[in-house]
Amino acid sequence: MSDITLDAKIPDGPLADKWDNHRFEVKLVNPSNRRRFEIIVIGTGLAGASAAATLGELGYRVKAFFFHDSPRRAHSIAAQGGINAAKNYKNDGDSIQRLFYDTIKGGDYRSREANTYRLAQVSVEIIDQCVAQGVPFAREYGGLLDNRSFGGAQVSRTFYARGQTGQQLLLGAYQALERQVHLGNVQQYNRSEMLDLVVKDGRAVGVVVRDLLTGQVRSHSAHAVVLATGGYGNVFFLSTNAKASNATAIWRAHRRGALFANPCYTQIHPTCIPASDEFQSKLVLMSESLRNDGRVWVPKEFGDERPPNLIPEEDRDYFLERRYPAFGNLVPRDVASRAIKREVDAGRGVGPLKNGVYLDFGDAITRLGRSVIAERYGNLFQMYERITGEDPYVVPMRIYPAVHYTMGGLWVDYNLMSNVPGLYVIGEANFADQGANRLGASALMQGLADGYFILPNTISDYLAGLLGTAPVPTDDPAFTAAEAEVEERVRSLLAVNGRYTVDHFHRELGKIMWDNCGMARSEESLKKALSEIPSLREEFHRDVRVLGDDRSLNQSLEKAGRVSDFLELAELICTDALHREESCGGHFRVEHQTEDGEALRDDEHFAYVGAWEFSGVGSPPELHKEPLEFEFVHLAQRSYK
Amino acid sequence: MRVHLRVWRQPAAHAPGGFEEYDLDDVSPDMSFLEMLDILNEQLVAEGREPVAFDHDCREGICGSCGMMINGQAHGPERGTATCQLHMRKFDDGAHIVIEPWRAAAFTVIKDLSVDRGALDRIIQAGGYITAPTGSAPEANSLPVPKEVADASMDAAACIQCGACVAACPNGAAHLFTAAKVAHLNLLPQGQPERFTRVQAMVDEMERWFGSCTMHGECEAACPKEISIDFIALMNRDYVKAQFKNRRLIAQSA
Repeated sequence: MSDITLDAKIPDGPLADKWDNHRFEVKLVNPSNRRRFEIIVIGTGLAGASAAATLGELGYRVKAFFFHDSPRRAHSIAAQGGINAAKNYKNDGDSIQRLFYDTIKGGDYRSREANTYRLAQVSVEIIDQCVAQGVPFAREYGGLLDNRSFGGAQVSRTFYARGQTGQQLLLGAYQALERQVHLGNVQQYNRSEMLDLVVKDGRAVGVVVRDLLTGQVRSHSAHAVVLATGGYGNVFFLSTNAKASNATAIWRAHRRGALFANPCYTQIHPTCIPASDEFQSKLVLMSESLRNDGRVWVPKEFGDERPPNLIPEEDRDYFLERRYPAFGNLVPRDVASRAIKREVDAGRGVGPLKNGVYLDFGDAITRLGRSVIAERYGNLFQMYERITGEDPYVVPMRIYPAVHYTMGGLWVDYNLMSNVPGLYVIGEANFADQGANRLGASALMQGLADGYFILPNTISDYLAGLLGTAPVPTDDPAFTAAEAEVEERVRSLLAVNGRYTVDHFHRELGKIMWDNCGMARSEESLKKALSEIPSLREEFHRDVRVLGDDRSLNQSLEKAGRVSDFLELAELICTDALHREESCGGHFRVEHQTEDGEALRDDEHFAYVGAWEFSGVGSPPELHKEPLEFEFVHLAQRSYK
Repeated sequence: MRVHLRVWRQPAAHAPGGFEEYDLDDVSPDMSFLEMLDILNEQLVAEGREPVAFDHDCREGICGSCGMMINGQAHGPERGTATCQLHMRKFDDGAHIVIEPWRAAAFTVIKDLSVDRGALDRIIQAGGYITAPTGSAPEANSLPVPKEVADASMDAAACIQCGACVAACPNGAAHLFTAAKVAHLNLLPQGQPERFTRVQAMVDEMERWFGSCTMHGECEAACPKEISIDFIALMNRDYVKAQFKNRRLIAQSA
């Protein structure tokens, strides 16, 4: 048992003043002293690149590590649809208050009010910043910025750059980062993977990193460590995440004492291209923005084999519009995903494997013309055509939900610092702002809010207390011991020389997770998963085959390390899902649903953040609770009808 | 379907490489090209042979990690398509497929099909940005950008830095890549203050690593994002202007 108390450090005062008050109260580091501080940033997606660039601009000495060959490859690049901001350019009733409310409601009342409000406040500055950097957002003919709508909102507040918004935002942050590299304020280390966090006297003092090209394991020390390594959706094997996205950095930090909050909050995105065969290596997302113009339907009749264009209107069931007239096709992701699953489970699925529903642009093309649709979604339509061989201008798209995003992550306080002093966690890697379900176009918003505006304003509060101290030298026993552990782990993966590839185990794990801890979870399924995962993990360490050596590029070895961590994390996800005896957002327990099949929360018993403490592989983690107190919003059953 | 593969294998940058041949008997036409390589690797590991190293990540054609010469064409036979979005239905049953890494003086082979494209990052570091430190930005709508300008800038900004343009170029030139970034930023009003210093710095850095452009046009044909070669003309024009503009600025400061 440990004596951790979770203090979220939420500032006093009215909601709208908290961030201002807090910025006044944090300790600062004066500009000439900033170069005395070293900060390590792991990961260079939206959160990491924007943080590293901004900290460099402020004058801190920054080291940025990433496993890709270039910072711009991080998976933020694949975000398609857009980024939310409460600009109210459309004069349609938007405000900071409304973005805050939509986000907290969309998250099914499982996020902190103060964090979420701050996110909405900062959102407007993000758009200003990105435009100044040259992000080519979509424009109206008068030259002003254009917006579109996303799920869970009745206003148009989403800024976008065709279907490549994530790419353009990441390029903005990447270019700012490369400018700092050129100026010598940031040192970047490509193809370098963090394999451990180093903690000394209870503080995060550095990391152990493996050079993926030479295999060399080295330590780096700093005054503070920032993890910006994204989510853990790949624990399901098939997801919309990039192949190399992984949980190793946050999992290793968790093993060193950082609490893991709400791991069971995983998001299943409703509109992805259905799997075509067993060799499928990943699933491809079709942006939520498509639901602005696309209508979701299935044939009313079971086993209707007619091609979609021969099915007349009266034989189609536009089930989202029918069940949720107020929000229609733009209900939040968790609601849409479950509705689609219900139709497919009921046997009304379409396509060769009967594993999808239609997303139909016929009406929109008739109304707006093909060229308008092409301008809005051209690259998405092309991507769909490449993958399926079908032309979505003519034949409706087929879609099915897939794992996409993880709301859970390392626990952080209002300053974005974990319970380990000196360890900050930003972007998808932390748990903070999205509650139990993230609204579309809010991930880019959170990543950039954390990296550009929040972390650079809060980190000085911790650093100021370290003025005059040098980072712990890397020959300290804390570092040498961690390095030895990393090297031993690498060696042991190579030494097994068993029968099955890493992907074999990853696929098996994914199957267990998807079947038992996916869109619908039950006590029975979770207990089944919890009995299967440990034996799969043991089998992995007994029978995995990793060829090659650890002194040159070895992609199987990289994968093996990541899958080995997924095999531990998966157990924690299921443990959390089993303990949370309610349904909320992306966490749907079949035992807890309303009469019409919606998620049924239990605010009396579960209005808290569940933060887990590591206690050894295979031994039950310890739960710490941070109660969620709602002073400003009224907790209500979510309704999008 | 069945395919016969001839794949370049090279253990390290300075070690000699060569082709190895493999047969795959059970390839589905719905597989992506990289999924086909996944199957190859599973098969190789099962036989106790080291899998083929290749870069890849998002598998949606946007991260720019993947890229290989497929039958002598960068990213293979389908126009406007990155390797990860190429599907096996584009090949005939029984096809012979030759797979090589990007070949260019600036891209050293790391292993098998994986190459070092770090020189492209160095071009960006030299000037591929707009200086706008966080916090200093004006209200976003205070600077209208004509839609045509924003669209043209976006056309250029769609580059994924995969390096296909360099690999396809007989001179190993990076003009299309550099021009795309120059155009993305130089077309926008926000990019004007640094317009001429940017183009000069980026082109000079580019020439340290890459070959010269002789308007061959292979780059445009190979580009998975179909970025237009017109941007090279725009870059060249700005570069020439920069020779005068930047000199005048130097004279003023002296």
